[in-house]
Amino acid sequence: MNIHEYQAKALFEKFGVPVPKGAAAKSAAEFDAALASLPEGPTMVKSQIHAGGRGKGTFTNGFKGGVKFCKTKADAKEIAGKMIGNTLVTVQTGPAGRKVQTVYFTVASDIKKEYYLAILLDRASSKPVIVASTEGGVEIEKVAHDTPEKLFKVLVDPAYGLADFQVRDLITRLGFAGAEAKNAAKLIRQLYTCYWETDAAMIEVNPLITTPTGEVLALDAKVSFDSNALYRHPEIVALRDLNEEDPKEIEASKYSLSYIALDGNIACLVNGAGLAMSTMDIIQHFGGTPANFLDVGGGASKDQVVAAFKIILGDPNVKGILVNIFGGIMDCNVIATGIVEAVKEVGLKLPLVVRLEGNNVVAGKATLKASGLALVSGDTMADAAQKIVKLVAA
Amino acid sequence: MSILITPDTKILIQGITGDFGGRHAKLSLDYGTKVVAGVTPGKGGQFFEHGTHKVPIFNSVADAAKATGATVSAIFVPPPFAGDAILECVDAGLDLAVAITEGIPVKDMVRVKRAMQGKKTRLLGPNCPGVVTPGTGKDSFGGCRIGIAPGYIHKQGHVGVVSRSGTLTYEAVFQLTSKNIGQTTCVGIGGDPVNGTSHLDVIKLFNADPETHGMILIGEIGGTAEVEAARWIKANCKKPVAGFIAGATAPAGRRMGHAGAIVGGTEDTAAAKIAVFKECGIEVAVTPSDMADALLRAAKAKGVTLT
Repeated sequence: MNIHEYQAKALFEKFGVPVPKGAAAKSAAEFDAALASLPEGPTMVKSQIHAGGRGKGTFTNGFKGGVKFCKTKADAKEIAGKMIGNTLVTVQTGPAGRKVQTVYFTVASDIKKEYYLAILLDRASSKPVIVASTEGGVEIEKVAHDTPEKLFKVLVDPAYGLADFQVRDLITRLGFAGAEAKNAAKLIRQLYTCYWETDAAMIEVNPLITTPTGEVLALDAKVSFDSNALYRHPEIVALRDLNEEDPKEIEASKYSLSYIALDGNIACLVNGAGLAMSTMDIIQHFGGTPANFLDVGGGASKDQVVAAFKIILGDPNVKGILVNIFGGIMDCNVIATGIVEAVKEVGLKLPLVVRLEGNNVVAGKATLKASGLALVSGDTMADAAQKIVKLVAA
Repeated sequence: MSILITPDTKILIQGITGDFGGRHAKLSLDYGTKVVAGVTPGKGGQFFEHGTHKVPIFNSVADAAKATGATVSAIFVPPPFAGDAILECVDAGLDLAVAITEGIPVKDMVRVKRAMQGKKTRLLGPNCPGVVTPGTGKDSFGGCRIGIAPGYIHKQGHVGVVSRSGTLTYEAVFQLTSKNIGQTTCVGIGGDPVNGTSHLDVIKLFNADPETHGMILIGEIGGTAEVEAARWIKANCKKPVAGFIAGATAPAGRRMGHAGAIVGGTEDTAAAKIAVFKECGIEVAVTPSDMADALLRAAKAKGVTLT
């Protein structure tokens, strides 16, 4: 689960991680009150959406830049008016963009130097890793590729937590000294506590900055959480912004379906994540384009299949459907009956190819055949994928 | 032989009195697996009954292991308690804990994995279908089935299968059995980012097992575990290996069902992993329908008989 920058910074403050003073506004009517809490002077205006590349983004109304520097609060108010309620397109949003529903005002800090700091899971060692660099404000992938010697990593032993010597080591390698070193050490320790205590999946601060007066601040904040751990963090669940999520994915989750929309025109409905991914792959392999990832889990009950069909058919690009079920434990005949009922209930008009395999498959295929529905049976995944690709191309 | 478990392995089931655990306990008993104990705190002294089977239930793993000689546990307990259930197996000194549970917080697994360091217990999973060593009876009856895989699709033989995904494993096993090629052991290592046993760990076991003549290695996007296994295979393994990677069409940054199936960089894409497979002499299945055939091609090239 992702949260907005302004929410992440409020969380940072709770854990004692210093950030520039800021205030969020959810409508133009709230601009004055938000700005009143900030001192007069240079102010940043930042569009709040769950996507990166905001600074270089363009609004669909032609206004350029989702993050702007303003010399005065009056200017900031005017600029915020051009952002709120409008749609921002960035490299990460796709062409449809995201509607900006919150604008965040912050004091524009004097920047002495920019750094990079992130905390996430290192999968190879199964330990939290702190990644830091002297090259902040740029894409970290580029730093890792071009100048790996400027990227520092510290693995944290989960049994003991972040050790002081590790923080000192990091501070030294980043070149901090004096008051900056002390402040940076404190910030890193607090940020790690925030990561660990909140079950964060990733915290990224890019840039982390120093100011001419020796302050160390998190100028930006990107935070995501482990969705498996949300049950023990109601305060974080409360930060969820459904406006930032695909309504079809939200609907799918109500039926324990895992659904992700893609750009293609062949929808698929599969049991199991690995099989669902490879069903998308095999559609592409035979020249089609998958419209979605959809994992119905181990069961594939009639209600789930009905819900899945409805969600799939909500995508106007879909021209055909491939159902691929390996009924290991589940009786294929029960699944087939569910599919037939679901097709009748939603009045499916599109080409449908069903590939069933596993337990009691002969009876299942017979049920599909006896249904009188215009569905096509596929024997193997390859056979089924080729059939649906051909039907959709016709 | 087989790896990890044999048809004689005695297993206990944590969460046997729950719907999920109970259903699969019955299927394992029907398969002929030696399910000798159940564990549900507070229900010690009761029995889990199925047909002629009467499986005693204990309050703790230690009690169950001591009384029955069980050496392996299948864990079906809900996510908030699953980390603790794994640690209980470690404390009881079991050989193997197989965590079927899906949805365990990453932090819990990070701590559990650290606590298991240097201990004798091996962990398989979590979020995995389990492990099957097929038996010699009809539809491979008489084997050891731990977890949720359909037992009947297996056949005893000489191929090892290791995978992150449940249904994709069944797909591979089904293809093999349909071609009359049997399996030594089929291992699901699970779809989470932190798991107890890696692809490489299992590949090493298969490589050392004289009965295993060839292997199918099934991976997916996210992480670099498949790459690590492939490089080791190139340097150390003479047996034929076929590989498949799911997720070539998955968009970057989106989690595809499995918590670990997410492209985060340039190294963990399907294309990158497939390139390493090829470089390491692994025969790549071009589609999931091609997994058994890919292994046959690899075996033929090395002059190895799989049946």
